[in-house]
Amino acid sequence: MSLLSISASPHVHGDNSVKKIMWGVVIAMVPAMLVSIYYFGLDAVRVTLIAVAASIFFEWFFQKYLIKGADTYMDGSAVITGVLLAFNVPSNLPWWIIVIGALVAIGIGKMSFGGLGKNVFNPALVGRVFLLISFPVQMTSWPKISPITNGIADAITGPTPLGIVKEGLDAGLTVDQVMAQVPSFMQQFIGGIGGSLGEVSALALLLGGFCLLRRKIITWEIPLSILLTVVIFSGIFWLIDPTHYVNPLFHLLTGGMMLGAIFMATDMVSSPMSRNGQLVYGVGIGLLTVTIRTWGAYPEGMSFAILLMNSVTPLLNKAFKPKRFGRK
Amino acid sequence: MKTFKLGGVHPPENKLSAEAVIETLPIPEQVVVPVGQHLGAPATPVVKRGDEVKVGQLIAKSSGFISANIHSPVSGKVFKIDNVYDASGFRRPSIIINVEGDEWLETINRSDDIDADIKLNSKEITDKLNEMGIVGLGGATFPSFVKLMVPEGKKVDYLIINGVECEPYLTSDHRLMMEKGEEMLIGTTILMKGLNTNKAMIGIENNKPDAIEHLKKLATKYKGISIHPLKVKYPQGGEKQLIKALTGREVPSGKLPLEVGCVVNNVGTAYAVYEAVQKNKPLFERVVTVTGKSVIQPSNFLVRVGTPIKSLIEAAQGLPDNTGKIISGGPMMGKAVLNTDIPVVKGTSGILLMADGDAKRGEVNTCIRCGKCVEACPMGLEPFLLSKSSKLAKFDVVEKELVMDCIECGSCSFTCPSNIPLLDYIRLGKNKVGQIIRNRNQK
Repeated sequence: MSLLSISASPHVHGDNSVKKIMWGVVIAMVPAMLVSIYYFGLDAVRVTLIAVAASIFFEWFFQKYLIKGADTYMDGSAVITGVLLAFNVPSNLPWWIIVIGALVAIGIGKMSFGGLGKNVFNPALVGRVFLLISFPVQMTSWPKISPITNGIADAITGPTPLGIVKEGLDAGLTVDQVMAQVPSFMQQFIGGIGGSLGEVSALALLLGGFCLLRRKIITWEIPLSILLTVVIFSGIFWLIDPTHYVNPLFHLLTGGMMLGAIFMATDMVSSPMSRNGQLVYGVGIGLLTVTIRTWGAYPEGMSFAILLMNSVTPLLNKAFKPKRFGRK
Repeated sequence: MKTFKLGGVHPPENKLSAEAVIETLPIPEQVVVPVGQHLGAPATPVVKRGDEVKVGQLIAKSSGFISANIHSPVSGKVFKIDNVYDASGFRRPSIIINVEGDEWLETINRSDDIDADIKLNSKEITDKLNEMGIVGLGGATFPSFVKLMVPEGKKVDYLIINGVECEPYLTSDHRLMMEKGEEMLIGTTILMKGLNTNKAMIGIENNKPDAIEHLKKLATKYKGISIHPLKVKYPQGGEKQLIKALTGREVPSGKLPLEVGCVVNNVGTAYAVYEAVQKNKPLFERVVTVTGKSVIQPSNFLVRVGTPIKSLIEAAQGLPDNTGKIISGGPMMGKAVLNTDIPVVKGTSGILLMADGDAKRGEVNTCIRCGKCVEACPMGLEPFLLSKSSKLAKFDVVEKELVMDCIECGSCSFTCPSNIPLLDYIRLGKNKVGQIIRNRNQK
């Protein structure tokens, strides 16, 4: 008999692990990844590979020379950041901008806080917003969408549906006039709307979302409260004045709404712990997104809304406790 | 199907010995009987070195209100009274008896005939359980007679019999329900009489369909006893969780089940109550599961208290070479023991042998704030916060965040993807806060 180990209970451990969770998220992103390849061709592969490779490299680099902790570059979290970053940029973005994005995402968004689990903000969004502000031209020149079956992706660039609507409304057009210029809702849902890699198909994102829910990596509270809030809040204005405010369904299906609600707002590290806190967090993101989209300078508001609510997460954790057993 | 609402986890059940019929283990040559086998004050020895004792003879007397009598599990001569390591890892005063023969007190009725005629009244039942040293056999070993003493103004709506056995691996309660079902139901009836209640619910998880069916058939003969299958979820065997699952009532924080009109007893206890009241037999033996993935013959043994666990392991075809940990109890709440000389006590439900690889804890990573511990906690606490605050010695926070509500079920540590030993730190915090509260109350 070898020496007996003595330790306190419990003596068994479930099959949860950080790696399993992180790679589970990566797998859930595959449908959206495939759709992006279908529409943007090799450019989508190029952007994703550069973003992932750069993210892994910076994770390794900062861990080795800054934090000096255990190797974490293959725990899957850097891969998630890489893919999410790729999902949030146009497919024709120059490689060096992607690398800068990864550097900011991993370096400032994550490692400067101490690495996985300690970051306040969703790292990929930190990277994305940095790029959006620093390289506005490149970040908002989306190639016109064309399925890979029609040959090589078009070199012509065009704005996203959200951009078209924003510009149209700002120019004094009515909703009906601008809506005539954007793809139908069905098209927006299935795929084929212009935009960043990950936001072309709401359907593929929902599929990934179900995968995450099934594997209990995310809870329904965050995505659902975001989406419902967006529908209700934008719906109120739409009902009051449908000539100046767009259909809530349009908000729901465009501009990374699904991507944000399912994959980015649900990031474990930067979202609240208790279910009630998650609901409040989701409602906050929904309200802020619609507010920024409707009255702000940017056509897209999801990234800012999530980052803003990320910063409130510690307070939400304090304010919203789980339902206690045996207490009123 | 019913279950409790808040939290819970699903550890692999591994009920390897579920089919193994209870075997009577031969009496060892020497028994070590700790005088503190129950919750509360240790008993005071009433024998001394060299005394001759018979099976069932009182050898240590209850020494306070919450305490219990200890009876000799064997016949023979008291060898000495000494401090011996028990499962807790501490040396505790124990009466060591060298076995000679197997001579029982004449007052004990040794026949196997089932006696359903309850002659004692409520008060006499309470006194009998006290006299016979009956304690809760589910693990907490709380003296059973105390539970029967319902204070003025309180009423018991339900007696709840705990046949959940939610700990993985353990099967002693399961086998007892299968083989001593009738006696157990009579024991339940006795407890109902003791509590002056006419309703008893037996909760059994639906991973024991044979026991549910068996008892359902038997229970038709007994008035007021109903059998309730429960959806498998750990820690359903926790008193508060079981009450919630069966009655929907929530025991208020810091209060006893009596507060919501319930008293909970384990099926093993119900059987011991039957033997005490109907057969005049003190509690000196119990069913113990010996199990583990590498155990050659996972078994259930009827064992005299004080038997070293090595006798049980030998009877289950020996200690596997790769054994890395020996646990008294189940894998979720059991205690890792120092060696195989540890004696079986009233509260020993099982001996679990774990292989070397399984015995080691995994590498700890940083908290990724996934909230899985919050999801898993059956008491609605935030284990990550309690653990972190305990680690930082912020005991005021630990107290404010309700650490005293923690039932130490281990669901948080079990589920943590980063392998953080949450419960280790929470226990530390709970101990400290307990001390702080006691000091404060003394002032």
